Amino acid sequence: MKDLAWEAGVKAVEEAGISGKDIECIVFGNMSGGLFVGQEHVAALVADFLGLNSVPATRVEAACASGGAAFLQAYMAVASGMYDIVVAGGVEKMTDVGAGQATSILSGAMDYEWEAYFGATFPSVYALMARRYMHEHGLKPETLAKVAVKNHYHGSLNPLAHFRNRITEDEALSSPIVADPLRRYDCCPVSDGAACAILAPLEVARKYTDAPIRVRAVAQASDTLSLLGRGDLCTLRATVKAAGRAFEEANLGREEVDVVEVHDCFTIAELLALEDLGFCKKGEAWKLYDEGQTYVGGKLPVNTDGGLKAGGHAVGATGIKQVVEVVRQLRGEAENGRQVDGAEVGLTHNVGGTGATAVVAILSR
Amino acid sequence: MAVSSAGIPQHWRTIKERYRLLGAHCERCGSNYFPPRNVCPRCRRRGKMAQVEFSGKGKVYSYTVVNASSKAFEQYMPYVVALVELDEGPRVLSQIVDCKPEEVKIGMEVEACFRKIFEQEDGGIISYGFKFRPSDGSWACRETGQRSS
Repeated sequence: MKDLAWEAGVKAVEEAGISGKDIECIVFGNMSGGLFVGQEHVAALVADFLGLNSVPATRVEAACASGGAAFLQAYMAVASGMYDIVVAGGVEKMTDVGAGQATSILSGAMDYEWEAYFGATFPSVYALMARRYMHEHGLKPETLAKVAVKNHYHGSLNPLAHFRNRITEDEALSSPIVADPLRRYDCCPVSDGAACAILAPLEVARKYTDAPIRVRAVAQASDTLSLLGRGDLCTLRATVKAAGRAFEEANLGREEVDVVEVHDCFTIAELLALEDLGFCKKGEAWKLYDEGQTYVGGKLPVNTDGGLKAGGHAVGATGIKQVVEVVRQLRGEAENGRQVDGAEVGLTHNVGGTGATAVVAILSR
Repeated sequence: MAVSSAGIPQHWRTIKERYRLLGAHCERCGSNYFPPRNVCPRCRRRGKMAQVEFSGKGKVYSYTVVNASSKAFEQYMPYVVALVELDEGPRVLSQIVDCKPEEVKIGMEVEACFRKIFEQEDGGIISYGFKFRPSDGSWACRETGQRSS
């Protein structure tokens, strides 16, 4: 785990052109170092291993939104004026345990006593949403497959993706059922990974680069931990709230966004996200997929790094990984033909659990 | 904490609610909640919460068939996980038993029954609580092969 964090940390510091002694604060997202590798106190370990052991370092946990939540805390640390240069990072080392154990640990992100205890798994609770969505809005399995095919295609262009293989719609539709109606290719993998971003006030950032990427807004919202208390299973209210606040703070419209990183832990989640973020009406996300508009080159490129599905979902790192991809896109540095031409505004959307936490960030050139 | 390794106090703490389907009722606004809450999210400090025992009757709101589970539930696979909307309003997450998975539909009428939820390995805890079954009595007169403990 510390090697992953170290690798991401060193790369971020080198790319930012800062030196280790400039770093004043470290905020790290991590969901469950304790259960995955027996290690708590993760942020202090990361600081120590980066050779920064007097720098204040704090771990932030919000299940799969730990990275996004860390990004907000790091942003606040800079915006408050308390620190100038802050590291926002995230790490998860998930593959030391077997699949059953990983399923069990991840189910801690839902309501332990009243969901996981009765046999609910993560795919199963998202399957409950997918089934209800099918019932209320109609949804063809082909649409879910198109989400996976597109994310694997983008993943194939990303050298850092977990899966770099392309898949076909038929392969997705004939893969084994995990929790009906979700199949293997509807589910993101269990991944190891880390990501880091360096935040600073704009005037400080300009000392290091002529083209800093601006954080226009970061907003976070909560909802009931369990699905039991939700009225509508087809909407993540926390996403709607966080997106509303973020767009207001950034003073930008949906149509001004050029590239989007959304939390596709399951294919159904990507459809819900685009609707709840306000990029299309409820029940109509399928149209974007039928028309191929979510590919690089389309009207709304979504998950250009392969998303969680193909890019990988190292849960504590994901929120920061999304920021890194949007920064690459806004700088025009995305490799292998996955660059969105002239991208000026990008959005990230990171979800914890079944939508108990959502963090939305808007960045621009 | 995984169910397969949770300690005794954690199981005992929810026995009453798990055995009898106890929830909370706000005497101010009339809302019912499951699982029980100490504070009514609508009325907050002005609310007055009381314990309520639900009838156990309800309808399937959404469902799925689980084909990959954590270890504690492997022996039941494939099993149905559903959100059941109780007649009193709240929704409960539960397994649906005593019918074939393909017979479960949104809107199907179900009733609570008392069953084993899981059994820890190595002589650990055996947990009991509610599961739901079709309320048409079909479970009583045939062998489905899906009956879980």
